[in-house]
Amino acid sequence: MNTIVTIAGLGILSMLSEIFHFKKQLFVLILLGLAAAIGISVMEWDTAYSYYNHMVLIDNYAIAFSVLLMSVTLLWFLMSQSYFKSESSMEAHAAIILFALCGAICMTCFSDLSMLFIGLEILSISMYVLCGSDKLNKRSNESAMKYFMMGAFATGFLLFGIALIYGVVGSFNLTDIATYTGQNVNNLPMIFYAGIVLLLVGLFFKVSAAPFHFWAPDVYDGAPTVITAFMATVVKTAAFAAFYRLFATCFSSVFTFWIDIIAIVAALTMLAGNILAVYQTSVKRMLAYSSVAHAGYILMALAAVSQSSKGAIFLYLIAYSLSTLGVFAVLNIIHEKKLSDDVSVFNGLAKSNPLAAAMISICMLSMAGIPPMAGFFGKYYIFLAALNSGFTWLVLMAVLSSLIGVFYYFRIVMAMYTGKNETTAFEIKGLPLFFLVLSGVLSVIIGLGTNFIVNLL
Amino acid sequence: MSKDLLYILIAPLIASFLCLLIGKDGVKKFALAISSLIFLFSSHIFFEIGKHGGSVYQMTYPWIPSLGISFKIGMDGISFLLVILTTFLVPLIILSSFNREIKTEKSFYALIFLMQFALIGVFTALDGFLFYIFWELALIPIWFICLMWGGKDSKRITLKFFIYTLAGSLLMLVGLIYLFLQTPGEHTFDIEAFYNLQLTSSQQSFVFWMMFAAFAIKMPVFPLHTWQPDTYTDAPTQGTMLLSGIMLKMGVYGVIRWLLPVVPNGVSEWMGVAIALSVIGIVYASCMAIVQKDYKRLIAYSSIAHVGLISAGVFANNEAGLQGAIFQMLSHGVNVVGLFFIADIIFNRLGTRNTDELGGIANNQRFFTITFVIIMLGSVALPLTNGFVGEFLLLNGVFAYSGYAALFAGLTVILGAVYMLRSYKAIMLGDKIISNEKFAPLAASEKAVLIIVCAVVIITGVLSQPLLEISEPAVKNLISVINR
Repeated sequence: MNTIVTIAGLGILSMLSEIFHFKKQLFVLILLGLAAAIGISVMEWDTAYSYYNHMVLIDNYAIAFSVLLMSVTLLWFLMSQSYFKSESSMEAHAAIILFALCGAICMTCFSDLSMLFIGLEILSISMYVLCGSDKLNKRSNESAMKYFMMGAFATGFLLFGIALIYGVVGSFNLTDIATYTGQNVNNLPMIFYAGIVLLLVGLFFKVSAAPFHFWAPDVYDGAPTVITAFMATVVKTAAFAAFYRLFATCFSSVFTFWIDIIAIVAALTMLAGNILAVYQTSVKRMLAYSSVAHAGYILMALAAVSQSSKGAIFLYLIAYSLSTLGVFAVLNIIHEKKLSDDVSVFNGLAKSNPLAAAMISICMLSMAGIPPMAGFFGKYYIFLAALNSGFTWLVLMAVLSSLIGVFYYFRIVMAMYTGKNETTAFEIKGLPLFFLVLSGVLSVIIGLGTNFIVNLL
Repeated sequence: MSKDLLYILIAPLIASFLCLLIGKDGVKKFALAISSLIFLFSSHIFFEIGKHGGSVYQMTYPWIPSLGISFKIGMDGISFLLVILTTFLVPLIILSSFNREIKTEKSFYALIFLMQFALIGVFTALDGFLFYIFWELALIPIWFICLMWGGKDSKRITLKFFIYTLAGSLLMLVGLIYLFLQTPGEHTFDIEAFYNLQLTSSQQSFVFWMMFAAFAIKMPVFPLHTWQPDTYTDAPTQGTMLLSGIMLKMGVYGVIRWLLPVVPNGVSEWMGVAIALSVIGIVYASCMAIVQKDYKRLIAYSSIAHVGLISAGVFANNEAGLQGAIFQMLSHGVNVVGLFFIADIIFNRLGTRNTDELGGIANNQRFFTITFVIIMLGSVALPLTNGFVGEFLLLNGVFAYSGYAALFAGLTVILGAVYMLRSYKAIMLGDKIISNEKFAPLAASEKAVLIIVCAVVIITGVLSQPLLEISEPAVKNLISVINR
């Protein structure tokens, strides 16, 4: 709870910074504040406590995901330092990002459907604004508009689902709903199932699962690159944290009803994401589709509903966020130079900057799921959970789509190592390079230390 | 003592990092020195390993205990022979690059050592998950080697190669996880637990096909071989040597260690199909080899034919077949490295490998001719060369399964002689006179490689017994596990 207060306070502080003239120190202040919030959160480990009439429950699951969200945001701030330098209204953007983080954390620790809704809305509305933050760019405006329209639709579905569930159970509380469904497994009315389906649709929208993924590539493509990085990591992580928390606690007694839906959507999502990514020429758009595909893999773990699922999701999201941030740090440099982000822009990077090329390769291999990178272990745990629940066909689909994934991830690696150019049009040095090395090295280290991470949950 | 195995495994990894740090001038010599040291160190186990049937030098460290994954490595006669093949061939491969221009040498040798690390890991891992990790790890360095130092079309070809092999390995992963979930109580990836599984025949068939896909692609077995000729032809010579000399053995070793004893009923149900595919591969690849003009491509096809016989012998699932397969893996590894090196020497000097454009080299090059003949005869399995021992045992093993299969598999000897001798004639003989200016005399390093290969061809051909004795207890032990 203290974490949410700290982050929100930090957000307000950023807004005040303009009035009280400490804009210059703000960046450092935010980093310190986030680090402090992470510390506070870690201190609450193993002390499950619920607040506000059981609206919020801070358990280990919530803490683990909040720490992940905050760490990613911290890294994100490091990565997008240059963005904040160039923006005139830096403090406003920082504040919105922090509020979005607040919403994201609410989505990990809710124990009440209304709290879920509030968290989701805080996150989404902040994101609508940020997508359009490049005010003079048509594409950015389009992206914000599209995201807002689609997001509003999804929220409508979600809210309707919540209403139907409330209509049957008479409570918003997750435990009450779980008890009620547990006791009345065999005579739940039709509208209850309709409620589950509507909730599913809403959440599928938010995690950009097929066939509700159409907004994702356009929105990701149009938004400023650093904002895309934030959406692809923090927003996605929060959405999945909420998804799992909701379905694993509330509806676990009627899992036979929804696991097949999720399994089919998972298969569709990873195939659609991977196949469409192959045809993209812009790296940013390709990563947008790849993030759709990754959502498909994570949905597999949701469909598996076993004890190991949450560990698998957690690990997968860590691995995915790390490599995504690494690649986006490079993309950000490319976009700041106003270069086209065609794959060929990477030509010859291995010659001009072997270290950066090696680290980008590690990130790509991790995303493609090649051992011993963290991405492979994420995939491994998900395969394990899915096979354990008897989803052999789904695992075979995942194998197939992973192979398709190799096509486009390796395109970048091949461009770096075989491109004829001696130099590249952009340079990676200083903080972004440090950042890239950090994500590369962590991707390997986490791969070797998975035992610790998975056992956390 | 049991730490020795760990040292052998880790040494190439350390060497790989050192290669990146060392100055540009000394890296070739450094790589040769380190790899030779590793070979010498690994060969000192030679005298101790043969007495044991089971795995000696076994060691286990916990890695991911909650998932039953441990760092368990060990070595029996079969593993030892493949490890020694690896540690023997790597210095030879490095030596073969001495007289060649190689761009960004540091990374090149670092990748070769990384590859060696992964290969030794594959041959010694006794934990399913660890095996998978090493298996995949071996793919990355060779992919980079083929991509960065390969020919013009390397992007397309290496991508095909990568996707092919990754498809196999992912299916194998599914198979391994499936086995893992069947282990009783606390699930584990330990190979012993896999050996003790009691699976129904449909479960065994499922696992068989999942794992067979991976091994068959790696070997490669017909009809999964289509990545191989392009990749072998396009890769740099050292990469081709690694691929054909050692990496191909990963597939055969996988069948011996992870398929036959784990799903014996699945194997006996499908061995007919596997042997049929292998035999078709032998005949098909031999015929393809006969019509090849590019000598490197010809050797690539001959490699498919040879490995087809090895795989038929393994799936015949008897002592002669297994012993023959293990021996033939060693012989083929050495011979094919020799042949690819000969192709490289010719290409390096004359700028072509097309057999139509070549000819007459023998008129001026006595040393080269003699070594070429010896290596070629080893490859066509003349008695008293190493190729003969392996092929004889293999055919023996296949014959015990089916006379017809052995009849067709035996074509490899005849067809092998046809394409080898024909190509020799086209390249070496003829009226053309090739002057010393055009065909520069062999450098000392080149001579050394050829002499070493020839020596191994003859010595192991004449004195094959000590090698066979090393693998014999291990093979007997394996067969007792299969027939439990």
